Amino acid sequence: MSKILVVAELQDGKVRKATHSAITFARQAGAPFSILAIGAGAQGAAASVTGFGAEKVLVCDDASLVGPICERFAPTIAQAAKAGGFDVVVVTASSFGKDVAPRVAAKLGAGYAPDISGVKAEGDKLVFRRPVFAGNAYATCEITTALKVVSVRQSELAAAEPSGGASPVESVALAAKDAAEGRIEFVGLEAAKSERPDLGEARVIVAGGRALKEQFAGVLDPLANLLGAAVGASRAACDAGYAPAELQVGQTGRVVAPQLYFAIGISGAIQHLAGMKGSKTIVAVNKDADAPIFQVADYGLVADLFQAVPELVTELKKAQG
Amino acid sequence: MKILVPLKRVADPDNANKVKVNGGKLETTGLEWKPNPFDEYAVETALRLTENGTNPKARQGEVVVVTFGPKDTETTLRAALATGADRAIRVDAADDALDGDLVARALKALVEKEKPDLVLLGKQAVDGDSNQVGQLLAEYLGWPQATFAGSIQSEDDKSLVVGREVDGGTLKVRVTLPAVVSVDLRIVAPNSVRGKHTPPTHAYADGVRFAALMAIMAAKKKPLAEVKLADLASDTALKIKYTGFELPPARKAGIKVKAVSELVDKLKNEAKVV
Ligand SMILES: Cc1cc2nc3c(=O)[nH]c(=O)nc-3n(C[C@H](O)[C@H](O)[C@H](O)COP(=O)(O)OP(=O)(O)OC[C@H]3O[C@@H](n4cnc5c(N)ncnc54)[C@H](O)[C@@H]3O)c2cc1C
Ligand SMILES: Nc1ncnc2c1ncn2[C@@H]1O[C@H](COP(=O)(O)O)[C@@H](O)[C@H]1O
Repeated sequence: MSKILVVAELQDGKVRKATHSAITFARQAGAPFSILAIGAGAQGAAASVTGFGAEKVLVCDDASLVGPICERFAPTIAQAAKAGGFDVVVVTASSFGKDVAPRVAAKLGAGYAPDISGVKAEGDKLVFRRPVFAGNAYATCEITTALKVVSVRQSELAAAEPSGGASPVESVALAAKDAAEGRIEFVGLEAAKSERPDLGEARVIVAGGRALKEQFAGVLDPLANLLGAAVGASRAACDAGYAPAELQVGQTGRVVAPQLYFAIGISGAIQHLAGMKGSKTIVAVNKDADAPIFQVADYGLVADLFQAVPELVTELKKAQG
Repeated sequence: MKILVPLKRVADPDNANKVKVNGGKLETTGLEWKPNPFDEYAVETALRLTENGTNPKARQGEVVVVTFGPKDTETTLRAALATGADRAIRVDAADDALDGDLVARALKALVEKEKPDLVLLGKQAVDGDSNQVGQLLAEYLGWPQATFAGSIQSEDDKSLVVGREVDGGTLKVRVTLPAVVSVDLRIVAPNSVRGKHTPPTHAYADGVRFAALMAIMAAKKKPLAEVKLADLASDTALKIKYTGFELPPARKAGIKVKAVSELVDKLKNEAKVV
């Protein structure tokens, strides 16, 4: 039977919601698990994950663990996995998770499988499911090494709900620094501050493409505000500077699966679909009736977006009374 | 500066929706081989770092491209040589005898032989979307890594300031060479790469450069060495075993609405999402 270590991802001193999908993975695998909260401020954050049925919540809180520099985190994660006798290490498939997980795997001599969308225990084996070819196929795979590292997709594994109880909290030691850590330095994080929900957590996403031009925010913000939505963008909109890069949805941006996804002036290239095809309800507004986005849209509207979107805001307001 | 660029050829990513599954096996027959787009960006980045952009013909460093694959992957290497890479290596291996970990371990041995200052590679190969070779290699070498690079600024070729595209924005790090850097889409924007030899006022054309016919001819004479996988890795066991494939569940066919009012009605009363 496996023993799983879920690595909680911290942001601004809190555990990110994506971590709850990693907990779901552990529950699906049907194995006992512990949670490692690691980072500056982890002590405070740990309390929020003691009610999920973990055997232990391990904490490594150190002032040096600031800034998501994976060279600082990997040695301690690997050491904690070894010391605790864990054989599966799970991170979220975020930019941080994907950066750090292979390094942890290499330290442990483990195989690594990214973007896991499901797991099944078959006897003493774990069988994983993961998208390949931009989500155009799903593979089943196994990791052949005794120790295994995976990253899991928030968009495919529902967030775990607390199950009650109170896992005991235990400190784990910070690992000694390795050579790589001495040759990387945190310079800064440029992040656009936004009051909107995170793309990974939003119930509604309003996404725009190249067609919006300089009026990207002007056209989409009223709709997003009305619905309390996150705003997303196609690569072309980001590249042209209409939207910041971190809003990009797709194979190389965020992978999302909200209840409702608006694709406004987005053609629907394979790489964009890879990031949003899993959304529950998809609405497309495009003036080209043959745009590929209509092949995945539940509701398609062939129209000029500069007229349709303001009208949509008005009609929605009416409908909401 | 000497840069090693691993590059992979993949089944045409723009037609990835045409992959088929037959008896649990993935079929990409009919799809053309293309260089992994991120690896093309890595080659472009390596060229920008080893030239004076105002006079790219006079090389200011060395770019060595390497691929792991069967004989026909040499086409991909020749194409990279034609755009300006100096030398190529093919590590002979069947595609299904490789996984990210084996490629990384073999690359480590190659790096120890070639001694580059920098390994530049794509952040992911868009067939397996596995996003791990760069990070694994960095750890095996004990080097720092800067993944998902959207910008690179060379500091006298001794260190690089790399702008990493992360979930929350752009994370800037400084890595002391030698290091591993994996590149993201925006690395080939006009001002994303600031090399040592190019004047700061120079702006590149957006995207990757194309090979001139003359250069394609000349590339046939550039050195291309073949290496045996077993000479680079003693243990060729794979850590990931793929046991089956299936197509994703099809979405149920949608409808076209005729007016905004109809859309709002459907969203409210049928999908019940607003
Ligand atoms: C390696 C690689 C990775 C990539 N990763 C991503 C990714 O992660 N995410 C991503 O999005 N893309 C990605 N791309 C790019 C992708 O291939 C497309 O180029 C991109 O998604 C196109 O963006 P777009 O739909 O906004 O622009 P376009 O393709 O230009 O489409 C604009 C659309 O707007 C419509 N339109 C124009 N005017 C109006 C109007 N007034 N009213 C209504 N409709 C209008 C047009 O009919 C058209 O369909 C990637 C590409 C590569 C090579
Ligand atoms: N067979 C291969 N030959 C050469 N380079 C490879 C190979 N497989 C992966 N790579 C490199 O590793 C990067 C990341 O690949 P991956 O981790 O498989 O997504 C790619 O963009 C390539 O630069």
